[in-house]
Amino acid sequence: MATRIVMSKLSPTMEEGRVLAWVKKEGDPVESGDVVVEVETDKATMEVESMGSGVLRAILVAENATVPTGTILGVVAAEDEDITELLGGSEKAAAEVASTAPVAAAAGQASQETDAPAPAPQTAPTTTIETPAGDGDRVKASPLARRMASEKGVALDSVRGSGPGGRIIKRDIEAALQPGVPATAAAAAAPIEIESGVPFQRVELSQIRKAIARNLVQSLGPVPHFFLTVEVDMARALELRAELNQSLEATGAKVGVNEILMKTAAQALIQHPNVNVAFAGDHIRRFTRVDIGLAVAVPDGLITPVLRDAGSKGLLQISDETRGLIERGREKKLAPEEYQGATFTISNLGMYGIDEFTAVINPPAATILAIGATQEKPVVVDGVIEVRPRMRVTLSCDHRAVDGAMGAEFLATFKAMLENPLRLVL
Amino acid sequence: MAKKTAGIKDSYDLVVIGAGPGGYVAAIRAAQLGLDVACIEAKLPEGGLGGVCLNWGCIPTKALLESAALARHVAHDAADFGVKVKGFSLDIGAAVNRSRQVSDRLTKGIQYLFDKNGVATILGRARLAGGKQVEVDLNDGGAAVISAKNIIIATGSRPKTFPGFEFDGERVISSREALELTRLPGSMVIVGAGSIGMEFADVFDAFGVNVTIVEALPHLLPLEDEEIAGVVARSFKKRKIGVKTKTAVKSLEKTKTTLEVTVEAPAGDETLECDSLLMAVGRTPNSENLGLETEGIKLDEQGWIEVDEFCQTSAEGIYAVGDVAGPPMLAHKGSHEGMIAAERIAGFPTHALDKNNIPACTYCHPEVASVGRTEKQARADGFEVKVGKFPFSANGRALAAGAPDGMVKIVADSKYGEVLGVHMVGHNVTELVAETTLGRALETTIEEIANTVHAHPTLAETVMEAALATLERPIHI
Repeated sequence: MATRIVMSKLSPTMEEGRVLAWVKKEGDPVESGDVVVEVETDKATMEVESMGSGVLRAILVAENATVPTGTILGVVAAEDEDITELLGGSEKAAAEVASTAPVAAAAGQASQETDAPAPAPQTAPTTTIETPAGDGDRVKASPLARRMASEKGVALDSVRGSGPGGRIIKRDIEAALQPGVPATAAAAAAPIEIESGVPFQRVELSQIRKAIARNLVQSLGPVPHFFLTVEVDMARALELRAELNQSLEATGAKVGVNEILMKTAAQALIQHPNVNVAFAGDHIRRFTRVDIGLAVAVPDGLITPVLRDAGSKGLLQISDETRGLIERGREKKLAPEEYQGATFTISNLGMYGIDEFTAVINPPAATILAIGATQEKPVVVDGVIEVRPRMRVTLSCDHRAVDGAMGAEFLATFKAMLENPLRLVL
Repeated sequence: MAKKTAGIKDSYDLVVIGAGPGGYVAAIRAAQLGLDVACIEAKLPEGGLGGVCLNWGCIPTKALLESAALARHVAHDAADFGVKVKGFSLDIGAAVNRSRQVSDRLTKGIQYLFDKNGVATILGRARLAGGKQVEVDLNDGGAAVISAKNIIIATGSRPKTFPGFEFDGERVISSREALELTRLPGSMVIVGAGSIGMEFADVFDAFGVNVTIVEALPHLLPLEDEEIAGVVARSFKKRKIGVKTKTAVKSLEKTKTTLEVTVEAPAGDETLECDSLLMAVGRTPNSENLGLETEGIKLDEQGWIEVDEFCQTSAEGIYAVGDVAGPPMLAHKGSHEGMIAAERIAGFPTHALDKNNIPACTYCHPEVASVGRTEKQARADGFEVKVGKFPFSANGRALAAGAPDGMVKIVADSKYGEVLGVHMVGHNVTELVAETTLGRALETTIEEIANTVHAHPTLAETVMEAALATLERPIHI
């Protein structure tokens, strides 16, 4: 039985992926469970295993090529098997995604047992509306839709077609032009004319860079942001950290400032559940668990690993888990569930000496806290000028869900806790 | 007609009430999709399956209009074409007879299609009894109660008239009686210049009746583009058909020998004398006495059944298609709804009806066909429009056919070239409209139409030339 190797949809937002490297070459024998190819999604690098044995008969997508999800990348089959039908087209492929088992290498999953049942084909299109319009190179679009897209600067391959067979029609372009989700996503991918005589080097967008662009233009446009800044005295928090690390020296464990900030935010959010929310169009989702994301710079972008249920975890556990997440984030080995769905996010640029800044909310979250550098500053304490370590933090709020007073009360609690941090170790 | 009332089952997946173009198409489509379907029709033996369309509407009128066209050709054009006819006479009885044969053949065709697809034909009058039970008073006597998993109501519509102008079946008539007039009146007033009134005006004029058509709105074919309607008005006037627009009927006086119709015209009231009065002022839904209330089915103020985009009524599992589900009252709209409802019921992926892309055709001479917005509507909707026109008088095929009266008018959006509307008048334009309807369904712009090679010589070239005209580069004018 021949097996298709398919660019599977590995996260809800994934629409395309890049073939990074073929582990097997054409003609190589392949055992069921062997990693055949590595692919890059919008957030992570994944290994794709073959669910069948045989020989890698055909490589259909070259390394570095980016293709829509559902595209057949290659075929594994017996040496003498007729595979011409399999090479016929990728339309069928989407329905047979089940025939390959993508394994999130980063997630640390063990290889599946070879005789395990194939996973349910969640990515198979259930209706024509879900079908990707792109069929390899060809984007199916009506002439009117093409014309509107070209005049409005909408990239057709960023638009979902709702016509027969996923054809992009007028209403899809109109929807893409609506202020809101798909529109800005399209705008992000649309080429922008820059008139300048300055020589430049063209740098192709990585999947992660595309995802950032797509997501963040969805933010400042439709999300009404406002910003609240407060200055926190960090003296006691830093003392606490030093003491903790000293006492932990023997164990090799260490607690960083970020972990203290995460713990503080989690505790403050438990007291202010009306800030631990998302605006969901017709309702506000008030989360009953605090999942804190931490923005982490990686070589070609950023990723936001999420520490689940931070409110119930102690500093040491937070520290331990966060370090693991950051490490794997930098290696692009996080599984989607490890970097999606934070209820609150911290972005810290203090190490770059930034005094203060405003961070852009990453929808659907309603808040993000921007941390500036802790700096020695003269402040008045009990009528006397003292030099104290001070840190400015700025909370960005989605005003649709969080009002000024709600944000301010949360920040006051956050500040008070950091300035009296002993309770954090409880 | 075959008697299919024996062997009625207790229950069906789908019961369709009415075998007109909405109902019979729904029944066939549902049967194709594997449903156990019964279709109930009350009109036999008065008519066959196929509803008003096949029996008393679309089809027999087209047959009579062909007789009318032939009569005009023989009377006025034959000699020019080199065919000399020595003495001829017109026989409306024979024309009506032929139209009945055409209808009969098609209604039998539907029975054949029902049998082929395993649709049970039940002849009788149906009524909903609640809980998806359908009671049927069988035409053969007796009654049946059928339980249905799903129901499609496709009971159609019937002609309406104004108070004081009640139908008497002899002198004050509707389209129904007009189709069987075997003795022609000397003069006829037709009230209403929609497609029905216009087609009968054409037929009766050709057979020598002195026809006057009265329309309250400013132009003939009020739903069509004004300029297009103007071409028809000129042709009618040339043929001495009386045309009175902006004229409303006020009262009717019946004397022993004539009818006196008082009308309110722009110049003042006047009285029109005639032998026969054909009221073609619209149609009303057949939504009474159906037991719709037993299922809580909502009607609008005029009695049309309210449906969603997939033709479902306010009662789950009960659908309505065709005229009874509201205008436009066009057989092809009803058939399409029938397919959508059947597919929806069978769980087959389907699409909502695009009400903006339903072509409308009137088969008087010259014919009129259109799809989409008129120029006026497009401007009112805020489009910046480009209009391209091309006359039949510059088209080789039209001149060869002796049909120089006509034009194609394309209304396009000047920004993106979207084809907003296409309006046609002239020989066989009811066939030409399909190209532009498909074009609109595929969202072609005027460029694609202009750049598509059209065979020469054809009337279809006028569509290409009109598209070129919107781009300000027509060749043949």
